Amino acid sequence: MSEKLFSKKNMAVLKSPLIDNNPITFQVLGICSALAVTVQMRTALVMALAVTFVVSLSNVSISLLRKMIPSKIRIIVELTVIATLVILVDQVLKAFLFDISKQLSVFVGLIITNCIIMGRAEAFALQNKPWPSFLDGLGNGLGYGWILLTIAFFRELLGSGTFFGLQIIPDSFYAMGYENMGLMVLAPGAFILLGLLVWVQRTITKTVSE
Amino acid sequence: MHSDAYTFRFAAIVTIVCSVLLAGAATILKPRQVENEELDMKKNILVSAGISSGQGSFTRSEINQLYEKNIKGLVVNKDGKLAEGKTPDQIDPEKDTDLLPLYEYVKDGKVSAYIAPISGKGLWSTIYGYIALSPDCGTVEGITFYKHGETPGLGGEISKTWFSDNFKGKRIYDDSGKLVSIAVAKGKYTGNEPQHNVDGISGATLTGRGVSKFLKTELEKYSPFFAGVRSQEGGKE
Repeated sequence: MSEKLFSKKNMAVLKSPLIDNNPITFQVLGICSALAVTVQMRTALVMALAVTFVVSLSNVSISLLRKMIPSKIRIIVELTVIATLVILVDQVLKAFLFDISKQLSVFVGLIITNCIIMGRAEAFALQNKPWPSFLDGLGNGLGYGWILLTIAFFRELLGSGTFFGLQIIPDSFYAMGYENMGLMVLAPGAFILLGLLVWVQRTITKTVSE
Repeated sequence: MHSDAYTFRFAAIVTIVCSVLLAGAATILKPRQVENEELDMKKNILVSAGISSGQGSFTRSEINQLYEKNIKGLVVNKDGKLAEGKTPDQIDPEKDTDLLPLYEYVKDGKVSAYIAPISGKGLWSTIYGYIALSPDCGTVEGITFYKHGETPGLGGEISKTWFSDNFKGKRIYDDSGKLVSIAVAKGKYTGNEPQHNVDGISGATLTGRGVSKFLKTELEKYSPFFAGVRSQEGGKE
């Protein structure tokens, strides 16, 4: 443990998934939930927090166990750990944020199948120490989260005229004939926004995948 | 390389640790979750009767207080008779298929509305709600749909107030006293029976059709009871 906690290398682990290696826009993982829960900011925020929590802790747990996990059953063990964490989150939401858990419905449970979490466990946590694994999980969770929130911001604003449920577009606009964009509350709206985000991101970072 | 015996042992330990964790969390959080579900139910009964607007947030105690003060739970059987001494919580949906829960909104000692739970298939999901009827069981006082899995923005709009407000003041009986229920139109209703129809949600015709259908079936279940109330009310006038 000669390495410092916030060494350059560790910070790179944390920062890379935010933009350069973003799980959604670069690796194109976790699309399903990115479409499903981004109609409103509130649900997107809770989902982002839930995924960040699960991916960080699953990375730490897998990393702690990495030398003990028999390689033959490692996928099952990873899934068991992830599923346990997800069910915990689901139970806590049901107990303390009932309304939001009702809106997120099955999507909390489906965090289990979110490829980002499984992918980080396989690709990172199995080979690295707990602390960098935690940072990697945190980075990926936040990278996932900010994309979710960005999409949700535009979908809620254009689709419902609100921000976190507060009306933003004044009534006078509606009186003048402005209408909410119905497309934005449907999945295609999320697809289009996501496509635009990927475009912007790749223009800035100049990465092109073949 | 780990041996097979080690693999089995490892799997067993992981399984046990995870199950203990989950069982623990479930046991600790259960009471709060059950309470939430009850509160949600109470809140929706209050909203359907128009006691609370559903806007703004109520604290737990406020909901409980309002509920205690205004709502009385009853049980009616399929012949329309009151099952004395029973409350809706005691109904076992598996066994007591001919018992129906019903709620009374009592205001100043008089029944101000009857509230019945409704549920049925929409397009993708089972929709749950409550309908509140006037004391003569003829006019809709309010309706809520609180649990569903319809498409957000389309069928999901049923839980919005603009849609449920459409139902207010609609008649479930026609002039000859036949139960006709209320139908959700495809798009805007343009026919000549506006008292039995409400505007639908454009893009959610099938959800509307589901609502019309289960609303009728649910109301028919209670119709013996409604008939009893109506004959009494008619006698008074």
